[in-house]
Amino acid sequence: MSVQSPTGELALTRLPGGTLVVRLAGAWRLDHGLPPLHELRRELREATPARIAFEGEGLTHWDSAVVAFLAGASSIARESGIPIDRSGLPEGLRRLLDLAEAVPEKDDAKDGSNIDDFVHRLGEKAIETHRLFRSDLQFLGHLALTVGRAFRGRARFRGSDLAYLIQQNGFEALPIVTLVTFLLGLILAFVGAIQLQTFGATIFVADLVGVAMVRDMGALITGIIMAGRSGAAFAAQLGSMKVTQEIDALETMSISSMDFLVLPRIAALFLMMPLLTLYGDAMGILGGAFVGVSMLDLSLVEYLFQTADAVSMSHVVGGVFKGAVYGALIAIAGCLRGVQCGRSSSAVGEAATAAVVTGIVAIIVACGVFAFAFYVLGI
Amino acid sequence: MADPGANGATPPAIAVRDLTMAYGDFVLQRDLHFTIDVGDIFVIMGGSGCGKSTLLRHLIGLNEPARGEVFYGTESFTHAPPGRRAEMLRRVGVLYQSGALWSSMTLAENVALPLGEFTTLSEAEIREVAALKLALVGLAGFEDYYPADISGGMQKRAGLARAMALDPEILFFDEPSAGLDPLSARHLDELIVELRDSLGSTIVVVTHELESIFAIGTNSVFLDAESRTMIATGVPTELRDHSEQEQVRRFLKRGEG
Repeated sequence: MSVQSPTGELALTRLPGGTLVVRLAGAWRLDHGLPPLHELRRELREATPARIAFEGEGLTHWDSAVVAFLAGASSIARESGIPIDRSGLPEGLRRLLDLAEAVPEKDDAKDGSNIDDFVHRLGEKAIETHRLFRSDLQFLGHLALTVGRAFRGRARFRGSDLAYLIQQNGFEALPIVTLVTFLLGLILAFVGAIQLQTFGATIFVADLVGVAMVRDMGALITGIIMAGRSGAAFAAQLGSMKVTQEIDALETMSISSMDFLVLPRIAALFLMMPLLTLYGDAMGILGGAFVGVSMLDLSLVEYLFQTADAVSMSHVVGGVFKGAVYGALIAIAGCLRGVQCGRSSSAVGEAATAAVVTGIVAIIVACGVFAFAFYVLGI
Repeated sequence: MADPGANGATPPAIAVRDLTMAYGDFVLQRDLHFTIDVGDIFVIMGGSGCGKSTLLRHLIGLNEPARGEVFYGTESFTHAPPGRRAEMLRRVGVLYQSGALWSSMTLAENVALPLGEFTTLSEAEIREVAALKLALVGLAGFEDYYPADISGGMQKRAGLARAMALDPEILFFDEPSAGLDPLSARHLDELIVELRDSLGSTIVVVTHELESIFAIGTNSVFLDAESRTMIATGVPTELRDHSEQEQVRRFLKRGEG
């Protein structure tokens, strides 16, 4: 029997005496597909030949397609214990086949890690989760000691690093914080206006926007921006320093990476987030005022006075306090994921992603806790 | 466990006693037992993936042994409390495979950081010492460059300047010639020998570059990936010609003979 490809031919013929001749002819190229191995299998199922002889004199062009076919055919033959004869193949082909078979397949190179059943994966996930949780706690414990040392004035980092981090994570974040908080104020004003217009009480849009921004939304949305901006950056910086062994270099010089890298980052965000929150609050109120003046026929002065009446000092202080806590949480999440980063470049990307997720989850959980606590305390 | 200096001879620079290295359950190398004498250029060699660099990480405390001990002189490094360990590491300098310069600092700041941390020198003095160290490795004038602005070979040399900042008694090199052209690699080898001769440092080199091994090595240990332990120790040229282990001879002769 024989098989035709667009340009090549595979013929299987039985000779008297029990020899099966596998003859390849024409041109076989990878882009036209491999000679079909299943034809050979079917032929072997019908009757086991005494030996298999490969012939390739008629090949005008061959590449890895033929080599792969012949290697597969040889291993089938070997498994069934049929002797093979390759003397009819071109010299180059024979040498390639010898090369492919020179080192026998290493059985233990395929380890158990590709077992893919549910129980196995569940178990691995559980062990991994446990390990990560332990390393989270380890980091937090280590951090607590470092902060303690810092309060006694014995933590060591460079002032210039802190100044640079403050610039990067404070001042340079202003444009994006401006844009997002202004728009948030604007959105809140629209939401309020639709409801309040039905009562003819549009002036209370100022109360709604003012209180919502100052109490919660200003700190929360600034926190989310900073989690994406600084949290991811911290994780990527520390992660790549781990990949390039810069952290090892610090440790072998007895300079704690906790002191030198983590502490200034947490301090920078802890200091800058309250200021950014305050700034974001103001921008949000301006966004609300923009809607009030341009669409609700309120005067700017009237709007601002109404806001000032509605917002109390305790709102402002509470909001700023939340901002500081969110700042610390974002920085801790970023540094934690950076320190846990593996030693490859793909691990750095994963660390940055994990830092943003951890950071945002942390600040939203904290926001919920604050909402409850402030309600109970009557603030 | 035998105290490395018990017989009254000069204490060694580093002694490794029955060291087993493992990642979890996976044993990388077991029963490593060798001594690095003061003034040696000691080569840790072996094929790829046999645990050479991991052994180096054990010697400088970045990994903890699964079993066994590392001694600096006659004092156990493995069982030293953290504060004491930090003091012992102050006598040590490490050149990492990729240089591992702190990328946010200039070359001068990189060299200056350990000086600022562990000496009482003034700013101006530190600046001068840093410039001197950079000049020693042929990087005079590059003080204010950032690591990203210079070539890989220069980064390595700058890493060496930083490793030498505190005039360490022991210098570790992780694959010093990896990624360098033959000429730069040779220069680095010469620099290593020069440092040993002029500063009297002990030098530990992880490498599989045969030329370096023969050119500079005065003693060595050979780690075998197959049997997961050391199978030879001694002067590299002697191992090449007279080792009883066939693998060692084959490795040192690039598979010929």
